[in-house]
Amino acid sequence: MAQLTAEGIGRRTKKEKRAMLWSDIKKSKACYAMIAPFMVFFIIFTIIPVLMSLPMGFTDFNLAQPPKFVGLSNYTALFLSDKVFIQSIRVTLIFALFTGPVSYILCFLLAWLINGLPPKLKTFFTLIFYIPSMAGVYTVWQLIFSGDMNGYLNSFLMNLGIINSPIQWLTDSRYILGVCIVVQLWISLGAGFLALRAGFQNIDKSLYEAGAIEGIRTKWQELIYIVIPSMKPQLMFAAVMQIVSSFTAGTVAQNLVGFPSTDYKAHTIMTHAYDYGWVHYEMGYASAICMILFLAMFICNRVIGKFLGSSDD
Amino acid sequence: MKNVRTDKLKGTSRQAGRKKGRSIPSIILLLIMGLFMLLPIYLTVVMSVKPVEELFVFPPQMYTLRPTLDNYKDMFDILKSNRVPFSRYVFNSVAVTVTVTVLQCGFSAMAAFVLAKCKFPGGKIINSIIVTSLLYQSNVIYIMQYIVMSEMGIIDTPLALILPAIASPMGLFLMRQSISQIPDSMIEAAKVDGAGLFRICWQIVMPNQKPALMTIIIFAFQGAWNIQGGSVVFQEQYKTLPTVVSQAASSGIARAGVAMAAAVFMLVPPVIVFILAQRQVIETMAHSGIKE
Repeated sequence: MAQLTAEGIGRRTKKEKRAMLWSDIKKSKACYAMIAPFMVFFIIFTIIPVLMSLPMGFTDFNLAQPPKFVGLSNYTALFLSDKVFIQSIRVTLIFALFTGPVSYILCFLLAWLINGLPPKLKTFFTLIFYIPSMAGVYTVWQLIFSGDMNGYLNSFLMNLGIINSPIQWLTDSRYILGVCIVVQLWISLGAGFLALRAGFQNIDKSLYEAGAIEGIRTKWQELIYIVIPSMKPQLMFAAVMQIVSSFTAGTVAQNLVGFPSTDYKAHTIMTHAYDYGWVHYEMGYASAICMILFLAMFICNRVIGKFLGSSDD
Repeated sequence: MKNVRTDKLKGTSRQAGRKKGRSIPSIILLLIMGLFMLLPIYLTVVMSVKPVEELFVFPPQMYTLRPTLDNYKDMFDILKSNRVPFSRYVFNSVAVTVTVTVLQCGFSAMAAFVLAKCKFPGGKIINSIIVTSLLYQSNVIYIMQYIVMSEMGIIDTPLALILPAIASPMGLFLMRQSISQIPDSMIEAAKVDGAGLFRICWQIVMPNQKPALMTIIIFAFQGAWNIQGGSVVFQEQYKTLPTVVSQAASSGIARAGVAMAAAVFMLVPPVIVFILAQRQVIETMAHSGIKE
């Protein structure tokens, strides 16, 4: 009997398959009802705008006139004649390679350290590390890195006698990128960090006990054999968040070192897109820039997904 | 690891191998890093209570001996000078934030549960679309959103602030990741008992998923509280606090203190919600243990 049905499935015609799909859909009515409220808003305010924006990279669009189709010329211009874009790729890669992995590891280690504390301290420390991404204040960093003697950092270093004259942290092309990376790291313990904290809270205590009985002695062993395997979904979430925030960084630099920055030293791809989109009103070109950034993030996400062994994304 | 039968071991010593003394080195490490994190926030707060004449003193001081609320007073004075009473902005902000937070979390939770635990045609595609949409950042999207909203005729109404913020792929993604850890058997058991998906979601899954649920509440509140409606809402009576407060902070010269006061003022509600929600997250530790 079982064999018969198995053969039957192999020989099903298209029509039968469609009928099966239809009956599957009918059976899943309750599922569709549950996702419907989300999907309605998601389709209207995310999917439709995204689909509308996809072809923009192939057009010349200045917001005043309707978009004009120009083929691949935006993309060829980007790679062949836009020197600032090539510079922005470099800046973005340096930025992403520094802030991405460092902040990812920091998120995890801090969440893990906090997890070993008593409850009151847990809330306290989670707040301290998360508060920068809630506040998003750049003004104060400007005062800290201010180039005159009034800057906190300059005055501090001069008091100690490490430097004799103030350093132009925000305009000297040697320091700009470093300063931006520090501030980016400061605000980067965001969604990923909080998600990991939640993940730690959800690990079943009995797993630790079972581990102890099976011969797990040190905290490191516990980390590798118990914690990481039970945190894979949250680790994947944090990775996606980290990719997005480190690749699309730009606001920090724009607010901190001005726009455009000296010698384009902190000019990320996102800043470049902002430049063309909102300063020059060349939306077609700007969205071609964003498309390239998206492809880079997409590939990066696939690689990390493979690494973390998640199959469904 | 997950297949280890642990139910017999439950109720033995709490967190075997963890002693109180062990956490002291980590507390010290966390404190040092915490100081770096907190320093700019501390400076912001100090500067918001510094009297004007102290703001540009050399060398810059990390503290003030004569704290004053002048900057806050100035900020409120600027806000009061608008045609619309200040309470109206507060009401708008609270209304928008509460509506968005409730709907966003409710909708994400239900959708995440189904996407994580039910097999149905289209489910896989929706899952990957959601993750991909997180990666797709384009400055053209806002223009397209604007076009969609103006087609719907909701520009310059409060709906333009609320509706686009309701579906958050980030919240849904986190929730789905977290729910995927629940054993299928728990949901099957509930189905056998005759519970519908809606009831399973809210009575069985969500109580077990408090950490993730509280976390997306924090995200939703924070996002909604900071919605900048400047480009979709123009009537003064519909504006929310972030818009008018940043207007107040940027008006006039030498207003560093007022800007700091504005930042501190806007930070208070999210911090309160954060603390309340985190407490819930931490309490869940006590009664977990429903896993395979």
